[in-house]
Formats: sequence, C-alpha cells, structure tokens
Amino acid sequence: MTSYVSATEAERREMLAAIGVGSIDDLFADIPAQLRLGRALALDAGLSEQEVYDELRALAARNVSAEDEVTFLGAGMYDSYVPALVDSIISRSEFLTPYTPYQPEISQGGLQAMFEYQTAISELTGLPVSNASVYEGPSAVAAAGYVAKLENGRRRFIVSRGVHPHARETLATLAKGYGMETEEAPLRDGRTELPPLDDSVSAIILQQPNFLGVVEEVAPLAAAAREAGALTICSCDPIPLALLKPPGECGVDVAVGEGQTLGNRLDFGGPSFGFFAVTQSLLRRIPGRIAGETTDVEGRRGFVLTLQTREQHIRRERATSNICTSQALNALAGVIYLSWLGRRGLVELAELMLQRTAYARERLAAVEGVELLVDQPVVREFAVRLGAPVESVIARCREEGINPGYPLGRDYPELDDCLLVAITERRTRADIDRLADALAAAVATERERLAVRA
Amino acid sequence: MAEASYPDDLLYHSEHDWARVDGDTATFGITWYAQDALGEVVFFEAPKLGAQIVKDESYTEVESVKAVSDVIAPLSGEIIEVNTALGDQPETINEDPYGEGWLIKVKLADPSEAESLMDAAAYQATLA
Amino acid sequence: MMRASDDRLTIYERSRPGRRAFVAPLLDVPERALDELLPPELRRSEAPRLPEVAEPEIVRHYNRLSRRNFDLDTGFYPLGSCTMKYNPKLHERVAGLPGHARLHPLQDPSRAQGALELMWKLQQSLGEIAGLPHVSLQPSAGSHGELAGVLLTRAYHEDHGDRRTKVLTPDNAHGTNPATVTMAGYEVVKVGTDERGNVDLDDLRAKATEDVACLMLTNPSTVGLFEQGIEEIERIVHGVGATLYYDGANLNAIMGICRPGDMGFDIVHFNLHKSFTQPHGGGGPGAGPIAVAERIEPYLPRPQVIVREGTNGSGPRYDLDYDRPKSIGRLRGFQGNYGVFVRSYAYIRSLGAAGLREVSEVAVLNANYLLARLQREGVAEYLPAAYDRICKHEFVLSGTPMKRALGIKTLDLAKRLLDFGVHPPTVYFPLIVDEALLIEPTETETKETLDRFADIVAEILREAAEDPELARNAPYTTPVRRLDEAQAARHPVVRQAM
Repeated sequence: MTSYVSATEAERREMLAAIGVGSIDDLFADIPAQLRLGRALALDAGLSEQEVYDELRALAARNVSAEDEVTFLGAGMYDSYVPALVDSIISRSEFLTPYTPYQPEISQGGLQAMFEYQTAISELTGLPVSNASVYEGPSAVAAAGYVAKLENGRRRFIVSRGVHPHARETLATLAKGYGMETEEAPLRDGRTELPPLDDSVSAIILQQPNFLGVVEEVAPLAAAAREAGALTICSCDPIPLALLKPPGECGVDVAVGEGQTLGNRLDFGGPSFGFFAVTQSLLRRIPGRIAGETTDVEGRRGFVLTLQTREQHIRRERATSNICTSQALNALAGVIYLSWLGRRGLVELAELMLQRTAYARERLAAVEGVELLVDQPVVREFAVRLGAPVESVIARCREEGINPGYPLGRDYPELDDCLLVAITERRTRADIDRLADALAAAVATERERLAVRA
Repeated sequence: MAEASYPDDLLYHSEHDWARVDGDTATFGITWYAQDALGEVVFFEAPKLGAQIVKDESYTEVESVKAVSDVIAPLSGEIIEVNTALGDQPETINEDPYGEGWLIKVKLADPSEAESLMDAAAYQATLA
Repeated sequence: MMRASDDRLTIYERSRPGRRAFVAPLLDVPERALDELLPPELRRSEAPRLPEVAEPEIVRHYNRLSRRNFDLDTGFYPLGSCTMKYNPKLHERVAGLPGHARLHPLQDPSRAQGALELMWKLQQSLGEIAGLPHVSLQPSAGSHGELAGVLLTRAYHEDHGDRRTKVLTPDNAHGTNPATVTMAGYEVVKVGTDERGNVDLDDLRAKATEDVACLMLTNPSTVGLFEQGIEEIERIVHGVGATLYYDGANLNAIMGICRPGDMGFDIVHFNLHKSFTQPHGGGGPGAGPIAVAERIEPYLPRPQVIVREGTNGSGPRYDLDYDRPKSIGRLRGFQGNYGVFVRSYAYIRSLGAAGLREVSEVAVLNANYLLARLQREGVAEYLPAAYDRICKHEFVLSGTPMKRALGIKTLDLAKRLLDFGVHPPTVYFPLIVDEALLIEPTETETKETLDRFADIVAEILREAAEDPELARNAPYTTPVRRLDEAQAARHPVVRQAM
C-alpha cells in the first residue's frame, strides 16, 4: 500500500513536538468520540502498483471497445482518430498538473492556450465570443438556456425533437430548477418544424446537424425567433462546421456543442469538453471562464482570466452560472487537434466524411430490407429503417465483429425500427462494405426466422 | 482621484451615493469611498432612459475587476439622461466621481425626499 | 532557461499560408459533386481560419507554452480548498488502456461489464468513505454535484407535498454554493460564523424555519476547522424537516476518521480532482459524484449503475438503470467522466483503507506543523492565524496586521512568493477573514518543503520591513510581471483578431 506520503516516523515525532501535541490523535481531539468511525473503512487493503495495473487491465479486457470491433456508433460521441502529438503534449506535467490560472504570471502557457482555443471556436461557429470551455455538450445546452432566461426573463423554451435526447433531458432537469417550461417542436421529414412563437418564448433550441444526422435550415428558424424577440440556441457538431454555414451567419445567438470529436477520446462518455460561443451583446452573460489579452507593467503581452465578475467566486448568487471549472485539458487537446488539422485539413477531413457517408447511404439503401429514413442532406451520420427487429439485427452484426449503429427506438418510440449510423474518418470503404454485407445478412436471416415462426 | 473628498454642495445616501439637486431634477453618482472600495471600475451597466427608479433601491451595477456593486438610488424619479461616455471610459468614475463620473440624471418624483439625505459632514461621520 | 523573443506569438501568428500537418486518408469511395451532397445555400463560403502550421512547429509551440506554466509536478502548491496533492503516474497508464479509453458510451452494457463494474465498485468505495449507502457518479464537477444536491432536495420536498423557498449557506461558503442555490430556484440565506470559526448556532436557530429546504455546509469548514456544533446543527436542520448537504471539498481531512453520513448529512458530494488525485489539468476535467441517504435515493439522476446477481453460477451482472420514475433526470450526457473514475478507482485500490486514513492523518499533521512554523516570531505578528485552534488539513491567516505595519497586502505577498518558485496559497477567501490567506499543504509534501515555505514567508516579511516596494511590484522573475486586469475587463480581447 502506498499513500504517496513522505513523512517518516521520526519526522512525524518532530512535527508533533513542534506543534506541541503528543500524537496525531490529539489533532483530531475536537471531533466528538461518538462521531468517530472507530474502525477501519470497509475497503480492501491497498495493493502494489503492478497489482492495481493488473486489475485495471482485467477490467479493460471485459469491455468491447472501438479497438475490438468496427463501430458505427455515434449519437454525440465519435470514434475519431486522435493524433499522437495530442497525447504527447497534454501529458506534459506543465499542462496536466497545474491548477486553474488564478495567478496569471505563472500560468501564461495555459492562458494563452485558452485564448488560442477561444479563437478556434469563434472561427468554427462564426460568433465573436467563446469561453474557455464547459463540461460537455448536453449541459452546455442547459447552461445556454439559463443565459437566455437571464437575458430576456421570459418563461418558455421551444426545443426541437432533433436535439440530442440527453441534451433535452438535461435541459428539462435544470430548467425545472430555474423555473422554465419547455415545449417540443416536432420533426417533419427529418427537419425541425417550429410552432408559431409568441412573446412568452425565451429561446428556441436547435441542433445542427440534428440527432438524425440531417442538416437543418437554421437561418429561417432563427429569423422566426428573432421576430418574436426570442434567442436562438444551436448545438453543433464541430467537424461538419468545416462545411456548413456557421451558426453566427445564420442568426444564432448562442452556439454550443460537444467537443469530444476534436482530439479527445471516447472514454465511455467523458471527460470531454463543451464549447460555448455567443454574440458580442451577450459577452457579459456568457458562463464559464474566459481568457483575455492584456499587457504587463513592462508592456509585455500577456493573458489573464477576465470578466470574472460574471462568475460564482465574485458574483455568488447573481452569477451567470455556478460553474467553477472548465475542461482545460480537454479543450487544450481540442485546440492542438484543430491546429494539427489546420485550415485546409479540417475541410478535407469533413469532405472525406461527407463522401464516405454518401457512399454508405448508397450501399445501405441498396440492401434488401434497409431504407433511408429521410432524403435530406447529411454530413457524417444518417438514419435507416430496417425491415427486421433492430436489436436482433444489431446482435447478429456484432457476431461478425461489426457494431452497426445506435438503435433509435431507445429515445424515439416512433423510430423503433430505425438505426443511426455514424461514419468517421476511421471507417474505410472496406469497413462500410462489411457493414452493408453484415446488415444484409442479418436482416435477411431475421426476416427468415420471423417468417418461419409466423 | 487620489485624495478622499466629499463636496459640500452635494447630498449623500448611506449606501455611498451622492445627489446634486437642481430644482426638480438631480444628478446621481457614487462617492469617493465607494469607488475606492471597488477598485478600478471596468464596467458600468447603463440603465434605460425613461426607467422609473425608486429611492433606496438598486437601479444598476458597477463592476471592478474583483467586485460587483449595486448602485442605490438616493431619490426616486425618471431617468432622463445617462452618462454614455462611461461605456468607453468607465475608469472616469474613479478619476472624477463627482464631475465627469456622474452616472444618471433624473426628473424627481418627490423632491421632498431630499430631506432624508445627509450633508457632507454627516456622511463623512458615518465613514469614520 | 533561454527565452526566445518570439515566445509570445500565438499559433495563428506562427501560421503561414499553405503550411499543414494533417495528411488525409486517401479517398477510397467514388467522389460525388459537393453541390449534390450539400446544396450551396447550406454551405459556408469561407473555411474557418484555423492555423496553418506543420507538425514540428505545433509541438514546439505548445512545448514552449508549457514552460511558461508553473505546475504541481515541479513545485509546492499550498492552495487552500484545492487539495493539490501528487497525481500518480500509474493513473495515466491505466486510463489510457484502449479497453477504457476507446469504449463508446453507448456500447451495450453487456459489452461494457468492465467499465460498469469499475463504476459500481467506485460507488461502493465512495459510499463507504462518506458513510452513505447510495452514490451517483454522474455530476461532472464539484459545483455540478452541488447543483445535483439542491435539485435532489427540491425533488424530495416536492414529492412530500412540501413547498420550500430558501437554502441556508454559511457566510464563509465557497462562491459555488450561493450560485448553485439560485440556479436551482431557491433564495440564499446566509448563516453567520462565530469567533471560534464555527456556525453561529443562535443565528442558525433563528433562520432555520419550515421554509428552509436545505443547509449547505462543509466540515471541516472553509476556514479549516471541524464544526464543533455539528450534532446540534443536525438536530436543528432535521428538526425543521430540511436536508443537510455536505460540500466535500475538505474531505481530505477526515477520510477513515469520521464520515459525513455519520454526522447526519443526507447528501455529500466528492471532488475527485481534490482528494482522489484526478490531475487538475490547468482547470478541468474533474468529477463531482454524490452520495445520499436512503430517503434521497429515489431521486438520484438517471441512469444509475446497478448490479444484479448472476444466474446459474455466473458472476454478477452490471447494468445502467433507466427505470427511475422519481429521478430528477439527467444532469449531463451519457454516464459521467469515466476517465476520471478510472484514475480515482486506481487510487482507492492502491491506498486501501489504511492508506486513505494515513492520507488524512498526514494532511492534518502537515497543516498543523506548517501553522506552527508560521506562528513563530517574525511571522505571527504580521500574519496571525485567524482562529486560535488546532486546524485540520488547512488554516487561515490574516494579512491585516502585515498591511498596517509593513504596508504590503496579501496580494503583494502572493506575488512575491512567485519569485521564490512556490505557488501562493489561496488569497482573499474565505470572505469572512480580512486579507485572508488559506493554506493547505496536503499529505504528499515533505517536511523540508514546509520548512522552506515558512522560511520564504519570513524572508518576504523581512524584505517588506526594509522596502515594501519590493513586494508591491513583484513578481520580477516570472514569464510576465503583474498584468493589467482592469484593462482586460474594460476592453476584453478574447480572441485573435484576423
């Protein structure tokens, strides 16, 4: 067992003498006896490093990861390729181990990296102001709702059914706390259909591309919101923003999204980062940390956390959010990744995904018993309708080493015969062909099995 | 402004705000003590013209790097002018809190409210 | 260390048109016209202006940036309330195993048994440490855990037909507490602290009405002292039917010694990035799991990790349970920050019961020793302890005498510490102590580090007695000197202009 402690017995005696007490127990004398645990914690004894390693490896071996199967699972997090330089840089002690940069003079590395990250997000979203990151995608949507409420004091959100189910649920949980009603806008033919808006609507909330992978026409929706005096919040998948008209050019006020696909691992769902960008007029409402450029007493360029009066440690109960942290290390991975992709590379990556997705759609649409759910533009994800029970088809594909996608019925009862298929740059043509073949075989076998039964 | 000062021609509110009354209108601002406690002002939230403000209640906020402060109305009335120059140069509030650092001008709802305010000597006594 | 004159360039300023790092995989499918796949009206006209730099330059840029950071692996970080203890390197190795790192969150639970078992066992361990039976790992950070706690409280009261509007927090509380309360739709009411550093019980009795939903507290408190009236506090708060919430920021002081559940707390949050060694990463990621009493269990976030007994002699089966009708719902996507759970679990397995207890014993020993050293002549008259008591894992000094006698403030002392290669303590928190310095050494520091810190503080005070300007204009030897924060707030520049 280790506790990473240095203090030897002799040193402990010295320190106790300096304090003026006889034993370590004396330091806890103010804890009433009846509150003391009085026994050891009911936990196993500590192990050596190699034993802990072996246990963690054994646990890892009982997980089927993207290393072990060809996966087409997406729905918010993607099996993207993380280049080696990201791991190398973020494992440096100077980035991995420091605290939040509250002493800017010795935190210029982290602060400048935040500034560079904020710039990249601003470029992606087409909005001038980005913060230094928030926890992840769905809670960013809920935080954006809080901003809208603080901004216009109205009582309702209209949320598209195309927004990620986890984001809609998180918004519902938090909105109940800060006292807002939510109403759903349905999807028609795969795209959001807004109901008429009145002055009780604080914000409309969209996703681009939406959960079914469909590219929405954001500008007219945002225009309708603006006309009603409501804000437009849009949750975006960052890679497609290489090609799609950015939210800032569509009249969106707040652009948020899940950043995992930018240089971060799947990690069974976290940690990752959420990005959060707003229009200039919302600068003082944006939650979370922001790095700003300034100069020092000798005129040198430097960076500091700025506009801290928005935050909890100063404004306390009137803060724009209770958030105390960002996801600094994950956002750093994000900006390194975006720098590695570069201006041309991001576009090439997105175009590659676009082409492979088009190919996948074509191949799957040609499979007997598989049809495209909607005929709308997509970028890297799309839904298909299966002519056989989805969960059984998935099980059969798995036996072939393929995870064909996410069963939409888990969140959309009306789509319980549908599968959501994601294409990342790691899915080659050969992988897609295997998917098509596996689906074909699985659907056929399932249909046969049901026909025999009937 | 380096040296504490409390002009005699002004009236003072216990929450560190001053009023310069001129018939049925008045100019408001924050006192030397308030700007000193805040530190360098970085932002002044300009209230809306025409807004009705109420004596003893907050009508806006002033921010420094490390603090946010409510600004309390010494008297009630309707806002008829706002010092928009503070948008670009909020530090004027520190440099000249009683002159160029004025915040708003108001048409008074009830000029007799001024009787409840303190003069410079009385206000300074509260700071001791 | 040599400093290049172009050290301050951003990655954008190092860009040159045409430079690149990324090489795209070959297009192996038939190429279709872009307009066909994405109509022009949906497309952006200009690519985002990301950097154009080759790989060697990217690496050099970020490496050089990193060297303008102070970090825990390099030096002492006595930040009160942050628990800056050593981050074991084993944790990075195990978190990087592909079975953990490349696992998709929507993978079928039957194929993620290793992950779910790890989460279950972590839950059990945290529950044992807290003394409460049910744990959710979902919240992403301490303040997120606090929000969960207040939302759980609301759900509990509403389920019992009870409408309450207020939440009590001590006046020395961390800023996240009141911010959280407002976000959850309650009114904040502050409770005073007495001169012994404990909650003012008379004030609490006066304010604990049937309108109060919850009291949020931490024990030891934010001034590093054990709340001596905790049993009476529990009686008062439960007496009016309110819940008692424990902010786990200070758990490092009491692991294996006493437990918040045994003190009567209903809801506890943990900061895995504090006591459980998740690296701070320059400001995240972290995780803020919560442990709750039986009566709060029905409201826990969805999904919950559960275990079912195996059938036919097979082992237990772990699963994600969504069937929770009284749940407050989700607080975020997927299951939480699993990568953080892997590290914390490895820590708990490495330490075991005895190791965790030793952590708290030595954390408290180190803090009291450092306090004793700083209470010597030459320091104590300028930086007296704010409370005359044995502290727990951290303690508060007040810089007010130093300000009066030597003309330097706590801020100046902090900046001068930077020149001596140590990170300053937490400053100006908690708010109830004037010119506060909150110091938490943690258990992983050596005695000589503590001695050196005390010596440095004494040295800075001696300097100030001779020439206060030295500290007032510090630091001198850092990559930048004091920065104009007012300018940054007045005219915010939050992105590179292009």
